[in-house]
Amino acid sequence: MILASGFFEDLFRGILQGTPPGAVYALIALGFVLTYKTSGVFNLAFGAQAYISAAMYFKVHSVWGWPKWAALLVSVFVLAPLVGLVLERAIFRHLRTASAVSKLVVTIGLSVALPEIFNWAARFSAVAGRQITGIVPDGAGVYYDPFGVYRFNRDELAMMAVALAGTLLLAALFRFTMMGLSMRAVVESPRMTELSGINANRVSAFAWALSSTFAGMAGVLIAPRFNSLSSGDYFTLVIIAVAAAATGLLISLPRALLGGLGLGWFIAVFNTFLPGLADDHTWLRPFQENLTPSLPFVVLFAILVLWRAVGRQREASDPLAGVDPPPPALAALERHPKLTLFTRLFGVFFVTVVGLVVWFRADVLWMSLVTKAVIIALIYLSVTVITGMGGQISLCQGTFAAIGGFTVFQMADRFNMSVLAAALIGAALAAVVGALLSLPVLRLGGVWLAIATLAFAFFFDAVMVKFSWVGGGSTALLTGTQVPRPLIGPIDFASDRAFLVLAVVALVVVSVVVIQLREGTIGRTLAALRGSEVAAASIGISAARARIVAFAVSAAIAGLGGALLAMHQQNVNYALNFAPIVALFWLVVVVALGSRTVEGAIQAGAAFALFEPLILQGELLGWIVRGEERLPEFFPLSGNWRLILFGLMAMQFARHPEGLVEHGKRRSATRINGWLEAREARA
Amino acid sequence: MSASILELRDVEAGYGPFRALFGVSLAVGAGEAVALVGANGAGKTTLARVASGLLAPSAGSVHIDGSEADQGSLPAWRFVRAGMMHAPEGRSVFATLSVEDNLALSFQRAFGRSGLADGLDRAYELFPRLGERRGQVAGTLSGGEQRMLSLARVLVESPRLLIADELSLGLAPMVVDQVFETLSQIRATGTALLIVEQQVGHALELCDRAAVLEHGLISWQGPTNEAGAALESRLFESRAPH
Repeated sequence: MILASGFFEDLFRGILQGTPPGAVYALIALGFVLTYKTSGVFNLAFGAQAYISAAMYFKVHSVWGWPKWAALLVSVFVLAPLVGLVLERAIFRHLRTASAVSKLVVTIGLSVALPEIFNWAARFSAVAGRQITGIVPDGAGVYYDPFGVYRFNRDELAMMAVALAGTLLLAALFRFTMMGLSMRAVVESPRMTELSGINANRVSAFAWALSSTFAGMAGVLIAPRFNSLSSGDYFTLVIIAVAAAATGLLISLPRALLGGLGLGWFIAVFNTFLPGLADDHTWLRPFQENLTPSLPFVVLFAILVLWRAVGRQREASDPLAGVDPPPPALAALERHPKLTLFTRLFGVFFVTVVGLVVWFRADVLWMSLVTKAVIIALIYLSVTVITGMGGQISLCQGTFAAIGGFTVFQMADRFNMSVLAAALIGAALAAVVGALLSLPVLRLGGVWLAIATLAFAFFFDAVMVKFSWVGGGSTALLTGTQVPRPLIGPIDFASDRAFLVLAVVALVVVSVVVIQLREGTIGRTLAALRGSEVAAASIGISAARARIVAFAVSAAIAGLGGALLAMHQQNVNYALNFAPIVALFWLVVVVALGSRTVEGAIQAGAAFALFEPLILQGELLGWIVRGEERLPEFFPLSGNWRLILFGLMAMQFARHPEGLVEHGKRRSATRINGWLEAREARA
Repeated sequence: MSASILELRDVEAGYGPFRALFGVSLAVGAGEAVALVGANGAGKTTLARVASGLLAPSAGSVHIDGSEADQGSLPAWRFVRAGMMHAPEGRSVFATLSVEDNLALSFQRAFGRSGLADGLDRAYELFPRLGERRGQVAGTLSGGEQRMLSLARVLVESPRLLIADELSLGLAPMVVDQVFETLSQIRATGTALLIVEQQVGHALELCDRAAVLEHGLISWQGPTNEAGAALESRLFESRAPH
């Protein structure tokens, strides 16, 4: 082989090969930038919107047998803008002046719920192996080979053409039209835009319809690349495309296009050359095998962490933000003393009754579910520390928990170590990883921090878990990642009751630690930083130190929880318990219910673990009507309802960003306060 | 008295649990100029926000040309289209847009595409500094320049009623004089004014009527030539220890 000519030919082929996937990334990145520019929302639900249109296209064309143009019209130009309008009206209009972080939480919720709602409403289910046919005639069958090294099919060409045309059209919209200018103005300050005599609601409705149409277009164009439609694939694509959008700091359309193509080229060229190199140098092989699937996430993480402009970017703040009412104080601070006493008594009573019922009446299944709820609540306290106290969103809490779980597995498997000691080591290890991770990501702003941690979670998922010294490698394939229950002297926690006690003790200890932390210097420092970083710096507070501590403590709590969960299930069950998507789910549940208080985390843990069996399966109702045979026929409800309700919860959260539990508490506290005061006044 | 173009009746307003206005009634007639004075925290800015539709009152009503504005949802853009323009306090500009885009956003609606260039010219004539920086992103302007930009928008359009909050804050004395001169010019064309101003002397000179706001209530209102005594006792008394 002649190295030089072969090298350039390979490089050229790599670039051509990378162009179609690059165009996919570019399309998504463009839509993502469009949404951000016109609505200020870092829209992780973009993939869900794309999925809905693709699924609708499939339904109309392949199932109903309508012609392609009609399917395209219905799915992209009717359904997609409609979805955008509904989202704007029902959710994002109320969030226009909310923090970027609350918007992010809502879009995560939507990214889970929207596809489920669509599948349920349209009775759609993806059929494995049945591909979508592209919009151009015979798109996958006709090839063009302009350079004699790589053949493009028509679908790919259509995609590339739309990406290019989209960039030009949208750039023209922003540059030359009043609507483009108005949309940018509304993102910055809807009120100031209104003071210029422009109807901000109409502008943002248009913006959402437009970006949603673009999402639908992208979804339909990309669909032929998948074997079968799945909303998860679209979600992953969006995360990757964020890397491309980040190269334009989320505002430049041409850079998003180039960033997407560049990403496609880089990955293709990398894949062209690395296998050859790995054949010559065997030490490269594990990297080649493991790095390839995670390359997009590595690139994303590298761009976010290494490119300084991303870290410097701050949200433009609304000069008229003062018109909004200030965020309310914690309900507990406004409570009447009598009410506090009553609440505490009731809390003790309630916990005692539940404890007694579980202790004496619960069967194995319920004992296990309650234990899981307790452990999940403990893990959720890690979110209370990082998000509730620190005001920062970390999307890799599942990874920290997995580190705890895997440590226990490895220590017990290899060294036969006591699992309780191993759990502490796991927590410490998670803390170290958390602190190390926090060093590069902490200077990023709110949303970027979230995405960097998500990239880390996906990287851990794609690479680290596969190593034998982490996830067990081939051992895990044969026997699973088995973990024994702990044994302290005479007490054997193999008994479910004993283990439940252990979990409750751990939860109480961690709750006390979290409360102490919140009341102490670190908590106050974090509260100050949440209020204003500049003001905090002006009185000599070091943001970095407080946040590293918060990250490390949060990671340690998650690690401990992960270890306990692994012991409880006697297996790490990584994919089920700790995969990145699961951790996203966690975050939304905690933040939506209330991330600022310990009660919020406990209630969220109970909701996560018990809602489905207790409510959806009809267990609670069955107990109330005395007998499962008396339940209405539609019980047990499908587990998909959990996802739909989860989406509705995210929507409710949009109205009450302090958390639903907190909101409910304040409302009842206000009412009861009024009643108590009236009674005192009469007396 | 001429029919009032804007009237607040028994307005109460606030932010969440905090209340700032406790039943304020104030009317501005066509072509009339009203100065709103009061100590810090008296509710002046809140009053200006209610008068421009930014903040919905929690009780009471706002009337434009004698008809009541829709309670609960008072979109500010309707106020603007009815001829009420508001220059909010502070650096109220779109920080990520250029100086020219900031102005164009308002002028294109007011003057149409054909009148846009003319409007921009008038703004740059009024504040030559803005003309020098027309391509610059507004967030990078100095505080005073941002103030000019915010004022240029409302001064050039000469609306029926101009509501200005802390007009001269952060401006050099020479520019303040110039702004007040422009104000008296557009007054002459028939624009009514509602001005919140700490430079009481300037404001009283320009206006026919003054209203004194204390703790969310109007404690005195009347012609400016009688205002001196009223103000002395109210604005300066509160400094003395109770």
